[in-house]
Amino acid sequence: MATYAPTPIPSASPDVLVVGGGNAALCAAIRAREEGRSVLILEAAPIAYRGGNSRHTRNFRCRHEGPLGVLTGVYGDDEYFDDLIKVTGGKTDEHLARMTIETSQDCYPWMERQGVRFQPSLSGTLSLSRTNAFFLGGGKGLVNAYYRRAQDLGVDILYDAKVTHLDFDGTRIRHVDVDAAGESHRLTPTNVVVASGGFQADLDWLAEAWGPAARNFLIRGTPYNRGVVLKDLLDQRVQSVGDPTQCHAVAIDGRAPKFDGGIVTRLDCVPFSIVVNKHGQRFYDEGEDVWPKRYAIWGRLVAAQPDQVAYAIIDAKSIGLFMPSVFPPVEAETIEGLGQRLGLPGASLRETVDTFNAACQPGDFHSTTLDGLTTAHLQPAKTNWARPIIEPPFYGYMLRPGVTFTYLGLRVDETARVEGPEGPVENLWAAGEIMAGSILGQGYLAGFGMTIGTVFGRIAGSEAARYA
Amino acid sequence: MLSTSIEEARRQSEICNACRYCEGYCSVFPAIHAQRAFSDGDITQFANLCHNCRGCYYACQYTAPHEFDLNLPQALGNVRQQSWQAFAYPKVLANLFHRHAAATVLIFVVSIIAVFGLAQLLRPQGGAGFYAFISHGVMVSVFAPAFVLPLFAVALAVRAQWADAGRTPLRLSDLIAAGRLAANMKNLSGGHGDGCNYEDGDRFSQARRIAHQLTLWGFLLCFASTSAGTIMHYGFALEAPYSFFSAPKLLGVPGGIMLCAGTLWLTILKTKSDPSLGEQGVRGPQFAFLWLLFAVSATGLALYAATGTAYVEPLLTVHLASVLTLFLLLPYTKMAHGFHRFTALTIEAARQRLSAAG
Repeated sequence: MATYAPTPIPSASPDVLVVGGGNAALCAAIRAREEGRSVLILEAAPIAYRGGNSRHTRNFRCRHEGPLGVLTGVYGDDEYFDDLIKVTGGKTDEHLARMTIETSQDCYPWMERQGVRFQPSLSGTLSLSRTNAFFLGGGKGLVNAYYRRAQDLGVDILYDAKVTHLDFDGTRIRHVDVDAAGESHRLTPTNVVVASGGFQADLDWLAEAWGPAARNFLIRGTPYNRGVVLKDLLDQRVQSVGDPTQCHAVAIDGRAPKFDGGIVTRLDCVPFSIVVNKHGQRFYDEGEDVWPKRYAIWGRLVAAQPDQVAYAIIDAKSIGLFMPSVFPPVEAETIEGLGQRLGLPGASLRETVDTFNAACQPGDFHSTTLDGLTTAHLQPAKTNWARPIIEPPFYGYMLRPGVTFTYLGLRVDETARVEGPEGPVENLWAAGEIMAGSILGQGYLAGFGMTIGTVFGRIAGSEAARYA
Repeated sequence: MLSTSIEEARRQSEICNACRYCEGYCSVFPAIHAQRAFSDGDITQFANLCHNCRGCYYACQYTAPHEFDLNLPQALGNVRQQSWQAFAYPKVLANLFHRHAAATVLIFVVSIIAVFGLAQLLRPQGGAGFYAFISHGVMVSVFAPAFVLPLFAVALAVRAQWADAGRTPLRLSDLIAAGRLAANMKNLSGGHGDGCNYEDGDRFSQARRIAHQLTLWGFLLCFASTSAGTIMHYGFALEAPYSFFSAPKLLGVPGGIMLCAGTLWLTILKTKSDPSLGEQGVRGPQFAFLWLLFAVSATGLALYAATGTAYVEPLLTVHLASVLTLFLLLPYTKMAHGFHRFTALTIEAARQRLSAAG
C-alpha cells in the first residue's frame, strides 16, 4: 500500500474539492466559495497552461430576448434549440438542453460580475454577432478573470496536481488520490466536483477508440486532458453518455504543433480550393456548403485518406478570400513545382488540376454565398466556387485532422449530479466537457461547450455547497 | 538591429492575425487585422501604436513555454524603441541618450555648471525675484535656441516616421481623433475600461493610466504656465515675479504638483512591472528620464516655496539646468514617445478614414 506524505494542501478535507482548472471547474469553485464553503481546486496543468481547453475558446453561445451587452438582435430558446438539433441530429437530452439554453442568459451578467469582459464579434466572425458573446482576449482572458476572482474569494488552488483515483464505494466518493510535487496525497473532501475534460490528449485511448490512424491526428487543445478521472470513474461503473469511439475533429493546418495549436491552426481555404490526397487525387466536393457549415466534416474526410493527410490547392486569385493562415502557404509558379514542394506526385497532381479546370463552367463567382458555380461531368463534383486553377503563383496547404474534443462522458441529472450504477452518487457532481456528451451527443455548435461548462459549473458548485 | 526586431515582430503579428482574440484591447489589433501582409513600415506603425498595456500578453494562449513564444509587448517595444533612434536627427545623439542613463545625468550636471557659470559671469545689476540672479535677456538667449532647435529635430523625426509609414495623407480631423485618444489615454483603458496590466501581473488597474495623465497634463500645465509668463512679459510688460493669483502660478503650481506626483508614481509602478514585457535594454535611461521630469517639477515648486530666502539662487540654478536638459534632450529621450505615438495615432485615424471611404 502506498504511503501518503504530509500534504502541502491547506486542507486535506475541503468542503468542496474541484477536480480540473478550466471554465466549468472555476465556475463551480466560485459558486461554492460564494456559499461560504472551503474550496480546493486541483489543476493538473502547471500555472502557465492552466485552464484546460477553455484557454483556447473565444465565445459562449447565449440566448437573449433583445440586445444584451455585445450581442445584437434576438436569439430565442426555440431557435437556439433548433440549431442544436440540426448539429446533433437529435442526439441530445432535450430537458437538459433546454435548461442549459434558458439559463445561458443569466450567465452573461454573472460572468461580468466575476470580471469576465466581452468584446463585439471579431473581424471575420460577423455571422456570430447575434448568437455568441466573445470574451475580450479570448478564453485565457476569461480563465485569468476567474482565477483572480477565485483567489480573491479565498479558494485554494493547487497546480501540477494530477488526480489519479476517486474511491467510489457505490454510494459516495470516500477519498481522492492526487499526485502533486512528486508526492502522492490522499484527500477526504466532503463533496467533489469533477470538471476535468475529455480524453482527447490520450493518443493511446484515441487509437483504441478510432484505430491506429488516430496517432496521426493533431490535438488542437491542451495536452493535459487525458481522461484519467473519466476512465477511473467509468471503471467503477459510474454511468456514461456519448459515443465512446467518437471525437470532434476538423481539418487544420498540417504543420500545426501536435498539441495546443488552438485557433490559429484553422484553415478556411477549402471552399476555394481543390483538396487532394497524397496521391494527388480529389476525394470530396470542396464546395458543398459555406465553410462554417462544413469545416467539421473535413476532419473525418482527411482522417479517412491515406496517412491522414490532404492538400488544398489554390491559385493567385483565391489567396485573399479567407482568413490569413498562421504559417505561410507553400508557393510555386507551376503546378508541378507545387507538387514537388508539397511532396506530391507532380504528374498526377497536374492531371487532377487539368481535369478539374476542364470541368469548370462559366458563371459569376461570389465568395460569400453559394454561387452555384459547379463543375460538369466531374467525380466528385465541386458544386460551388469552382473556378479553374490557372493563375500563378499556386499555393498549397497541408491539412490534417485536428481533434477538438471527445464525446464520451459522465451521465448527470439536471442538478449536475453524477449517476452511479444504482442512482445518483451522493457527493459527486460533474460539469463541462466531462459531461457535455449528455447534451451534445454529436456534431458541434460554436460556443456551446462554454455555455454547458458555465451553466453546469455554476449548478455543480451550488449543489456541492448546499450538501456540504 | 532594427531589421531583426521587425522580423520578430512580423512573425508574431502574423500569428495574431490568424487568431484575433485581442481585437478589443487597443488600436494595434484592428490595424493588424486590416491587412494580410505587413511591410517594415506597417510593423513600425503597429509598434508606435502600442502603448505597452500588456493586456494581450496575459490573454495570449501562445506565450512561452508554448513553442510560438509570443510576447508582443516586448517585440513591438523593441521595434518602437529602435524606430525612435532610427527616425531621430542626428542619430548618434539618439543612440547615446536612449541607451545610456549616464549620458542624461552628465548633461544635467554640465547644465548645472553652465547655468551657474553664466549666472556668475553675467550677474545683473538689478532685477526682482529670480531676475536678480540671472537676467531675462540671458535666460532667453539660452533657452530660446535650446527649445527651438530640439523641436526642429523632433519635426524631422516625425516626418521620417510619417514617410516610413507610407505617407498617408493627413487631415485636421485625424489630428483631432488622435487628440481624443491621447487626452484620456484610451489605449491604456484595456478596451473594457478596467485599465491595463502592469504592476500586478494579469490584474487590471488604472494606476498607470492615471499616473501617466498626471504627468502629461502636469507637464502641459507647466508648459502653459511658462507660455503665459512669456505672453505677459512681452505682450503686457508684466514681469515676474507673479503673485499666486496670476496665470503663470495658477497653471504652474497645480501642474508642478501633478508632474511631481505623476513621475513619482510612474517610477514606483515601473519598479513593480515585469521588465521582460517591454523594450529591452532601456530601463535605466527610462528611469533617468522620469527623474529628470521629477527634478523639473520638484525644483520648480521648491523655487516658489523658497521665494525671498537664500535658497533661491541654488534652486534656480538646478531648476533651470533641469529644464535645459529636458529641452535639449527632447528628441533623444523617452520624451520622443509622445510625438511618435501621437503621429502613429494620427496616421491610424487617417487609414481608418480612408478605408471607411473605400
